[in-house]
Amino acid sequence: MSADMSKHLTLHTSETVAENRVEPNFVKPYGDTMNDGRVQLSFTLPVALDENAKEAARQLALEMGFDEPAVVHAEDMGQGFSFYVLYGQCKHRVDLSRIKVAKPEFETLDKDAINALIAEKMGRKMVVVGACIETDAHTVGIDAIMNMKGYNGHKGLESYHEVRAINMGAQVDSEELVARAIEEQADVILVSQVVTQKNIHLDNLTRLSDLLEAEGIRDRVILVVGGPRISHELAKELGYDAGFGTKSYAEDVASFAINEWIKRHTA
Amino acid sequence: MSQLNLDQGQIDRARESARRIAHRVFDDMSQYTTTTVERATLRLMGVDGVDDNQIPLPNRLVAHLQEQKLLAHGAASVVAGAMAEHALTAQQVAEAVAAGKLVLARPKHDKAARQSAEAIAAKMCEHIAAQRAVRSQQIDKVGEARTPWLYLIVATGNIFEDIVQARAAAEQGADIVAVIRSTGQSLLDYVPYGATTEGFGGTYATQENFRLMRAALDEVGAKIGRYIRLTNYCSGLCMPEIAAMGAMERLDMMLNDSMYGIIFRDINMKRTFIDQFFSRMVNAYAGIIINTGEDNYLTTADAFDAAHTVLASQLINEQFAYISGLKPDQMGLGHAFEINPDLENGFLWEVAHAQLVRQVFPEACLKYMPPTKHMTGNIFRGHIQDALFNVVSTLTGQNIHLLGMMTEAIHTPFIQDRFLAIQNAKYVFGTMRDLHDEVEFKAGGRIESRAQQVLAETVGILADIEKIGLPAAIGRGTFADISRTMDGGKGLDGVIAKSPDYYNPFPDLMLAGAN
Ligand code: B12
Repeated sequence: MSADMSKHLTLHTSETVAENRVEPNFVKPYGDTMNDGRVQLSFTLPVALDENAKEAARQLALEMGFDEPAVVHAEDMGQGFSFYVLYGQCKHRVDLSRIKVAKPEFETLDKDAINALIAEKMGRKMVVVGACIETDAHTVGIDAIMNMKGYNGHKGLESYHEVRAINMGAQVDSEELVARAIEEQADVILVSQVVTQKNIHLDNLTRLSDLLEAEGIRDRVILVVGGPRISHELAKELGYDAGFGTKSYAEDVASFAINEWIKRHTA
Repeated sequence: MSQLNLDQGQIDRARESARRIAHRVFDDMSQYTTTTVERATLRLMGVDGVDDNQIPLPNRLVAHLQEQKLLAHGAASVVAGAMAEHALTAQQVAEAVAAGKLVLARPKHDKAARQSAEAIAAKMCEHIAAQRAVRSQQIDKVGEARTPWLYLIVATGNIFEDIVQARAAAEQGADIVAVIRSTGQSLLDYVPYGATTEGFGGTYATQENFRLMRAALDEVGAKIGRYIRLTNYCSGLCMPEIAAMGAMERLDMMLNDSMYGIIFRDINMKRTFIDQFFSRMVNAYAGIIINTGEDNYLTTADAFDAAHTVLASQLINEQFAYISGLKPDQMGLGHAFEINPDLENGFLWEVAHAQLVRQVFPEACLKYMPPTKHMTGNIFRGHIQDALFNVVSTLTGQNIHLLGMMTEAIHTPFIQDRFLAIQNAKYVFGTMRDLHDEVEFKAGGRIESRAQQVLAETVGILADIEKIGLPAAIGRGTFADISRTMDGGKGLDGVIAKSPDYYNPFPDLMLAGAN
């Protein structure tokens, strides 16, 4: 949890804009007093619990940038492991005014407006081919976006009369997906990646975009990836047009897609 | 706890439908064997090891029998014939065939070959029976935990790392340790060999890995005074072989569903129905508790709307289990706490579903799964969801209790995730130990009405399935909203029609001796 959070922070701070100087707007964690920096933290050490181990936990928190860290709970876990809960005061602060998180630029429209826009601008159905690729078998996410039923009361792309939605399902080889996209003359390719262990998703996604390049159709399709650990930023780094994380719905993707299509075809 | 008022006539009707559904499938499938059933048979006759290319010898031998058009007669008598003729062990026959030094043919004396195959099989059955006895002795000696048993997974990919984690889990309070299998092993048409250290999201199921983990758990069990049960995955394209290996190495539980592979791994229906029968028969004989996978339906279908499909599938799984000789206390029928937390009174419906299953299967060793689908990155809320799940489990007397991890939506468990999960469960189980004795369901109340409704829907869906047959019902996406066809999916090429003189010594020996 905490490791994840710090990763996000570094990612975001690296996305700073040097130009237009604005008033700095520093922020740090809040407990009960502005700028007290209070943070909670928990972790395991691979040593049995004793006073030295407890002190090691405290010193680690110091190294992580906490002032006055306190080990509020320490417990032996057996087999030479021990568990710690700590509180401390974060020394660091971040300038909010210098942060710019990459976001796909579009306005989310509702289903009727999307259908109308497709009809007006494309004059035909938008073809969307989707799959959960390679080793990944988690289809619930891509189904949520594509299938009739949708998710959380948001209908899926199949229910859009101006969209032809083809959901290829689970563990689809990149080759198969690309072949189908060519055959169907897809405007949009949607891929889902849920499993991220050992960064398997990065390999899979790179493989797919390389293949699209090799087939010479990368520029002809709008390439979108989604999944719970996917950000737009990551997607862009991998050469995708957009990335969608948790709580995204069909109308978000469809709005982006038609927006992007219009941009490409009026440029 | 007082019982819900349920119509026994409806339960009987549902069970009768399920019985006819399962028997029809079994009758249709009994004319076939599969490559992995034959490989399992060879393993049980003593064939093991790999060739220079890491291809298991059971695969080499079965491939040879297929080339020679002998497999339809059954591997056992052909190999036993060759053993007698050349004065070799089964292993030596396999090695000679793999080296290209021996070409197998129909046995000269078929009856004698069958008899010697039977004798070899009987010896293996003795070994497995002895393992079963060791389990009972150990449980008598070191004792076992009260139910619900705490079930934990390890999934490092490296068997030696798994052992470290498993020992720690046992010391922290786990009663059952499951070694998660490497992603994709279920679609391998062979079982890897030896100790393995490079699994992906889990560790390969191999006989050596089984042996290593068994020894580690016996050791830690003796130390902490509790028999620790070992679980693995008897599923995928090699179900029967995994069952054989688990029986030999004294595993205690196996995930072993009659339909999971079809629905969630797109394995061919025929293949799965044949393989599940043989693997369950081996599990039955070895005293292994099977776990079924209905909980998975609720990850793709809605837990409230699809509750009756879980009960219907459990009834079908129960009947398939009976056909293979499993006893009710070996049936870890699966269900789960997966109702959307935003649904008002969702907890009541969870109690209703869990108690319904308890009453329909009073003697089964029920497997209850924690929330997974509606777990989020909010680990604090997640810890509460898991606590509520723990309450339902103890209140309704579940047997096998999978521990919910507050980090479910994030990663495979870290060591502290397990530690906190065990504390959570122990706290709830302890502080509510006898609550079930103290509270009663309100007659005609919300919980009872919900259970009655699910039961009525189950009777209905089973009647529908019976009308069209199980394969067609699966074709219609009855379970988990996923649809499969009879001739689709992986592994159909391993389905072989038996010739009239097909012979396999194990069904007679094992089905008779499963008591
Ligand atoms: C259901 C489930 C399964 C089911 C999948 C059934 C199916 N047909 O999908 C089964 C049981 C088969 C399964 C198996 C496995 N699973 Co699983 N599973 C889950 C679970 C519980 C829920 C996932 C889910 O359905 N979420 C609901 C959907 C709607 O959310 P979503 O995927 O995030 O999708 C939304 C957004 O991300 C986005 N989105 C997603 N895709 C796309 C695509 C596009 C184009 C767009 C625009 C948007 C988009 O929109 C969606 C709607 O808002 C999660 C845990 C959790 N609570 O997250 C674990 C989890 C994902 N599984 C995991 C693992 C490791 C596995 C296994 C390897 C072993 C195991 N531990 O169980 C196997 C491997 C299977 C394989 N080969 O891939 C890990 C992944 C860890 C990691 N980060 O790598 C998790 C997190 C559990 C855990 N803690 O171990 N699993």
